[in-house]
Amino acid sequence: MYKYDQYDQAMVDTRVEEFRDQTRRRLDGTLAEENFRPLRLQNGLYLQLHAYMLRVAVPYGTLSSAQMRMLGDIADKYDRGYGHFTTRQNIQYNWIKLEDAPDILADLATVEMHAIQTSGNCIRNISSDQYAGAAADELIDPRPYAELLRQWSSFHPEFLALPRKFKIAVIASDTDRAAMKLHDIGIQMVRNDAGEIGCAFYVGGGMGRTPMIAPLIRDFVPLDQLITYSEACLRVYNRYGRRDNKYKARIKILVHELGKDEYTRQVEEEFAQLLTQNIEPPLAELERIKAYFVDPPFEAGASDDLDRSDPDFALWVANNTAQHKQAGYIIATVSLKPVEGIPGDATADQIRLMADLAKEYAFDELRVTHAQNIVFPHVKKSDLYTLWQKLDAAGLSTANLDTIGDIIACPGLDYCSLANARSIPVAQKIAERFAAQERLDTIGELKLKISGCINACGHHHAGHIGILGVDRKGVENYQLLLGGSEGADTSLGQITGPGFSEDGIVDAVEKATDVYLANKEEGERFLDTYRRIGMTPFKEAIYG
Amino acid sequence: MVEAQYRFRDDEPVADPAVTVDSFGDQTNAAAVRIEPGDDARDLLPFLDRLRLVEVNFPSFGDGRGYSAARILREAGYVGELRAVGAVFVDQLSHLRRCGFDSFAPETPLDPIDAEAAFDRWPEVYQATVDGRQPIWSKRHG
Repeated sequence: MYKYDQYDQAMVDTRVEEFRDQTRRRLDGTLAEENFRPLRLQNGLYLQLHAYMLRVAVPYGTLSSAQMRMLGDIADKYDRGYGHFTTRQNIQYNWIKLEDAPDILADLATVEMHAIQTSGNCIRNISSDQYAGAAADELIDPRPYAELLRQWSSFHPEFLALPRKFKIAVIASDTDRAAMKLHDIGIQMVRNDAGEIGCAFYVGGGMGRTPMIAPLIRDFVPLDQLITYSEACLRVYNRYGRRDNKYKARIKILVHELGKDEYTRQVEEEFAQLLTQNIEPPLAELERIKAYFVDPPFEAGASDDLDRSDPDFALWVANNTAQHKQAGYIIATVSLKPVEGIPGDATADQIRLMADLAKEYAFDELRVTHAQNIVFPHVKKSDLYTLWQKLDAAGLSTANLDTIGDIIACPGLDYCSLANARSIPVAQKIAERFAAQERLDTIGELKLKISGCINACGHHHAGHIGILGVDRKGVENYQLLLGGSEGADTSLGQITGPGFSEDGIVDAVEKATDVYLANKEEGERFLDTYRRIGMTPFKEAIYG
Repeated sequence: MVEAQYRFRDDEPVADPAVTVDSFGDQTNAAAVRIEPGDDARDLLPFLDRLRLVEVNFPSFGDGRGYSAARILREAGYVGELRAVGAVFVDQLSHLRRCGFDSFAPETPLDPIDAEAAFDRWPEVYQATVDGRQPIWSKRHG
C-alpha cells in the first residue's frame, strides 16, 4: 500500500500544526465559533448532539495493521473504547473533546493518517472498491489513481469553499462495489479499443433529498489528463453551482439544470484552457505511486482446497468470502453487524485484534467497506479456518454479509444533530426479527439501508429495501422504499406509500420479504423479483 | 478603493475607484474593476492590457467563487494587482495567495501575528497553480 515520503509527511504535519493553532485561537476566543466551524469541519470535527465527533479519513478504504491499531488506541485514549466505521470507508469517534482534537491528529500523523477534508464543502476522502487489488474481476488496481486524486484534492486552494461537499469514487471493475454512479464524480478505469488505460467520467450523481444517477460525460480521459479533466469538472461547479439554497447546491443539481450536454460542453471548454496551464503531474508520478500497489508476495501454487467440515465455518465461507484473483487465496469480510450490535461499530479490542490478524494472515492490509464492514483482502485459503476461529472467539464471525442482517445504518438521532429519527434501534429490531440463520439463507442477498433523515447517509435510496426516518409532527416515522441498487445496475428505490411507526416498519419489511419468497423464481434475488413483478403485489401485502 | 492591509507588490497602488464588471468595457479610461460573486471574470479578458487593479469581493467565508475568478485572470496572463476584499480571514490567506491574489483588504483587519503565520504556513504544495510554486510532484521528478 501507499507510503508517505517526506513531502506527504510534511503536509499532514503542517496540517496538525495549523489545526492546533486554530483550536488555540478558538479556545482563547480570538476565533469565533462561526468562523471556526468551517475550519474544524475541514478537519473532520463535527459538533453533534452530545459531544464533538471526529471523522478520520481512510483513503480509498485501505489500512495497514499499524494504522488499524492506532484507530483502536485512539478509541481507548480519547473516546469510550469504540469507533464507528462509516459508509465513506472512514471511521468516526463520537465522544471527542475539542481540546484533545489536535493531539489526536498528531497521533494519526505518526501512522500516516489524518482527518483532512472528511467534512465541509470541499473534496472529501476518495472512495474505491473494497476489493481493489484482490478482486478476480478487476481490470487493474484503481487505488493508484485514487491516491493521485487524493494528493491533488488535499488543500486544493481553489476548491476549499465549494457550493457543497464533493465526493469522488474510483473503481476498475464492471461490478461496482463502491456505488460509483451515486457520487459527485464517479470514475471507472477502462481500456479503450487501442488497448490503453483511461478513465470514464460520470458526473452529477448523489443521494440526499434529490437522488440522481450520474450520467457519463466522457468515456475516455487519458491517464496523463486525469487531474486536468477533474480540475475542469470542479471549476465549472465552483463557478456555477447554486449557492442560494444548500439543498440545491450539489453538482447533481447543476448538471441536471444545465443538462448533461451543456455541462459537458462547459467542462470541455475549461479543460481545453487548462491543458495550456501544465497542471498535470507527469506519468512518472503515477508510476511512482503504482509501485506501492504491487501485489504482495503470494505463494505460488498455494492450495485451493478448503475443509468445510465445520458447518459454522462453511456458512461463513459461503456468505462472507469472495473470489481472489490469485489461486490459493481468498477475500474474507468481517461483518460488523452482529444481531444486537450497532452497524459499523467495533470496540478498541476488536479493532486491535483485526490489526493483528491482518498482519499475520493478510499481508498487513485491511479494507473498510462502504457497507461498514472490514475486509482481509489477501488470505491464503489454508489459513482461513485459523483466521475464522480467532475471529469467532472475538465475536467477529457473524455470517450475514449482503443479507438482510448486514444493514447499513447512519448514526441517526442517537448521535447526529441533523437526524429526524433514530436509525440504530430500527436496524437492531430488524436484525433480531431475521436473526435465524436459516431465515437469512432462505432470503439470500438483500441489501437493507436505513437513513435517519433525508441527507441519506445510510444510502436508503440504494437499498433493495430502503428505510427513511422522518419527523412527523414530532413523532419518528419511517418510510419504506423498494428496488434501489448501487451496483452496475444502479437504480433508485421507490417509496411504497405512507410511513410506519418503529415497530410497524419492521412488520412491513417482513411482509415485503414474504412477498418475495412467495413469488421468487429460481435463482432470483429479492431485487430481481421486485423488478419482475413490480411494486403492486408488495403494496397490497403491506397496506392491504 | 479599499485600503489593503497586506500587499505583495512593489509598484504604486492604483488610486482609481474600482468600477463594476458590467460597466468596465465602456469606460475606456478605467484601470480598476471590482468582481462581485455572480460576475464572470472572463468578461474582463479583452481588457487585460489596461487593467491594473482587480478587486474580488468575498461575501462570506463559504463563497469560494472568487478563488476561481482569480486563477482565471492569472491563467490568462493578467499581471496587475489582484486584491481580495470583504470576508477575508486568516486561514484563507495561503490559499488566496496560491490562486494569484497579491493584496488583501479584509473588512475586519487581521491580527498581524496570526496573518504572518498563515502566509508562511505551507512549506510544500501538492498542486501547480498560478503562484509559480513548485508542486511536490515536480520536486519528486525534478
